[in-house]
Amino acid sequence: MATTAEGFDAHHEDHAHHDADHKPGFFARWFMSTNHKDIGTLYLIFAIIAGVIGGGISGLMRWELAEPGLQVMGQVVEFLGGEGTFDQQGHMWNVLITAHGLIMVFFMVMPAMIGGFGNWFVPLMIGAPDMAFPRMNNISFWLTVAGFLSLMFSAFVPGGVGPGAGVGWTVYAPLSTYGAQGPAVDFAIFSLHLAGAGSILGATNFITTIFNMRAPGMTLHKMPLFVWSVLVTAFLLLLALPVLAAAITMLLTDRNFGTTFFDPAGGGDPILYQHLFWFFGHPEVYIMILPGFGMISQIVATFSRKPVFGYLGMAYAMVAIGVVGFIVWAHHMYTVGLDVNTKMYFTAATMVIAVPTGIKIFSWIATMWGGSIEFKSPMVWALGFIFLFTVGGVTGVVLANGGVDDNLHDTYYVVAHFHYVLSLGAVTAMFAGWYYWFPKMFGRWHSEFLAHLQFWIFFVGVNMIFFPMHFLGLQGMARRYPDYTPAFEQWNHIASLGYVVTLVSVAVFFINIVYAFVAGRKPEGNYWGEGATTLEWSLSSPPPFHQFETLPVIQDHHSSDDHISPAPAKG
Amino acid sequence: MASAALADRNRRTMLMAFGMALAMLGLGYAAVPLYDLFCRVTGFGGTTQVATEAEADLAQRLAASAGGRTFSIRFDANTAGNMPWEFKPVQVTDTVAIGQRDMATYTARNNSDEPITGTATFNVEPEQAGRYFNKIQCFCFTEQTLQPGEEVRMPVLYFVDPKVLDDPNMEDVEQITLSYTFHRAITE
Repeated sequence: MATTAEGFDAHHEDHAHHDADHKPGFFARWFMSTNHKDIGTLYLIFAIIAGVIGGGISGLMRWELAEPGLQVMGQVVEFLGGEGTFDQQGHMWNVLITAHGLIMVFFMVMPAMIGGFGNWFVPLMIGAPDMAFPRMNNISFWLTVAGFLSLMFSAFVPGGVGPGAGVGWTVYAPLSTYGAQGPAVDFAIFSLHLAGAGSILGATNFITTIFNMRAPGMTLHKMPLFVWSVLVTAFLLLLALPVLAAAITMLLTDRNFGTTFFDPAGGGDPILYQHLFWFFGHPEVYIMILPGFGMISQIVATFSRKPVFGYLGMAYAMVAIGVVGFIVWAHHMYTVGLDVNTKMYFTAATMVIAVPTGIKIFSWIATMWGGSIEFKSPMVWALGFIFLFTVGGVTGVVLANGGVDDNLHDTYYVVAHFHYVLSLGAVTAMFAGWYYWFPKMFGRWHSEFLAHLQFWIFFVGVNMIFFPMHFLGLQGMARRYPDYTPAFEQWNHIASLGYVVTLVSVAVFFINIVYAFVAGRKPEGNYWGEGATTLEWSLSSPPPFHQFETLPVIQDHHSSDDHISPAPAKG
Repeated sequence: MASAALADRNRRTMLMAFGMALAMLGLGYAAVPLYDLFCRVTGFGGTTQVATEAEADLAQRLAASAGGRTFSIRFDANTAGNMPWEFKPVQVTDTVAIGQRDMATYTARNNSDEPITGTATFNVEPEQAGRYFNKIQCFCFTEQTLQPGEEVRMPVLYFVDPKVLDDPNMEDVEQITLSYTFHRAITE
């Protein structure tokens, strides 16, 4: 992963072209943006806003679950102008879990990882002046915003028992077809169409950029692993999202135009929807985590002052995860009535994914082994990621067993599992990337102290929320209900307290942003020092508005396997 | 800035990428008939098979030479929530020899005051029995219309394929449940 352009100096370029840092006016710059860095910033701001809304919704959920019985949903319904009947309270719960899932998946993690960090750093890392299709990049972003607005709008129109779409993020038929009358579900589905279209455009843009616009000398096997991760993610998006688009379009026509794709009365089959959804849905979970893998590889290598261990293995492990991710979907559907042979296949195929994932975990550890490790905040977040993601991965291997899943399906054990890999895994990776690149992106230093503080509060908080859910799930507490038997009260109470702790860490996050823009020092170009070897570190912080007008040339002797640094002298 | 050659190359790559996305969209829709075909061919999900009289005769001759294992067949009847029919099997269980033709009868009665057309979905449990459960005639092959208050007997003529003896997954199966659910037909 040695991609330093020898002797490349961006400042020279600035003198030669005085317009390299010329920026358009405010409206043209931010609303009609075609600059990959500005669009990346827009995506990050959007993801933070969506994350606050999605996280606020989980606050309502944890508040309701803090004790048995229905406490909070009635107030929420009345606040929104409903009557607060029992049915309406249940519906409100469904609306909240649906919104939480859809927002976090489509409007927080994906925009931040792919739209935000991907847009910012893929062109920088491959030495390109911008994305291949800058205006298409702009369309992608605004389609995502439009999708988010459509989802928000759905909360205020009728969706069956009350306002809003209460169908779960999976939008299973028949609940989403004849089970939920009213336009709310249509708007929610349409929001997925818009966000999906935006993501497909973004994916083609990334693929084109990475294939055609690498700097001279940067072969595919010299690309930084973050670029590899975005490339694999883009292919997953391109192959998975159209299947979701097909499935939810069938839902829309079933709902509105009398087709019966998923209605047995007309010869359809609701299980077909689940197959289509999870054919998209399983690659989707890798879409959410692969860019995180890429970021963690950069960060661990930087702060160990070593190139990443097993570069090619790391790159092709991601490819393998992507490929195998397409043939394991039915492990989400073990309880629909699959025969034993089918379950055996999906159990085995799912467990195979643990192999490339294990390659990645062990390679990160091997990268640190013998390295000169510096515990700067991104490294601490990265180590947190490796630990938390591994916990989630282990419960994933448990759930992969068709027989075990018969017991654990739709319990809090599953909720604990996917929050460990996403809410604790993907989100931790995003914070790692945030602190790794924050001074690079915004030209101001964050407070390293606050970044460390946020990590420790966050780490305690999220583990308090989600670790007890393993116990609750094993004891049989079902997900998707606002109420539970008093036997489950203690661990639920602790989980809800954990939410409050996590909330404090989010406050520290925002305080840190304010601190950076008010009092943050100006960073130099390569502020992490010799461990940071990718091309973005050859530029100023923040980089000029237009970079690499003269393409950097990657030297041949810097191939991925011939720069083992000399062993540190023993003292 | 991008040269004309690069712009050309970018456009080609983009079109190929869009082509892949379009192909996957097409595949999403193609999944509808393919899934149906897959279930009918493999008996996936307990989908039963359709046989002709000639095939039934052949099965009976084959079974005669194979020896006399029997299956207990259970009959199950359901109606969808919006279906005002009373629908039940005349016999709850039946015992048939492999390959032997058997007739089961259900009764359906329209309890509403309007004529209603129904269509039945069906499968068998355990699911691996689907590919061996052959129907020669069934009320589920066509839509059924009942006048207000009308009650009819609905026959199913079926046999269990002797190939079932070669399937290790069917060794411990002693009972097969044949299940129907009547839905209001969506034709009008």
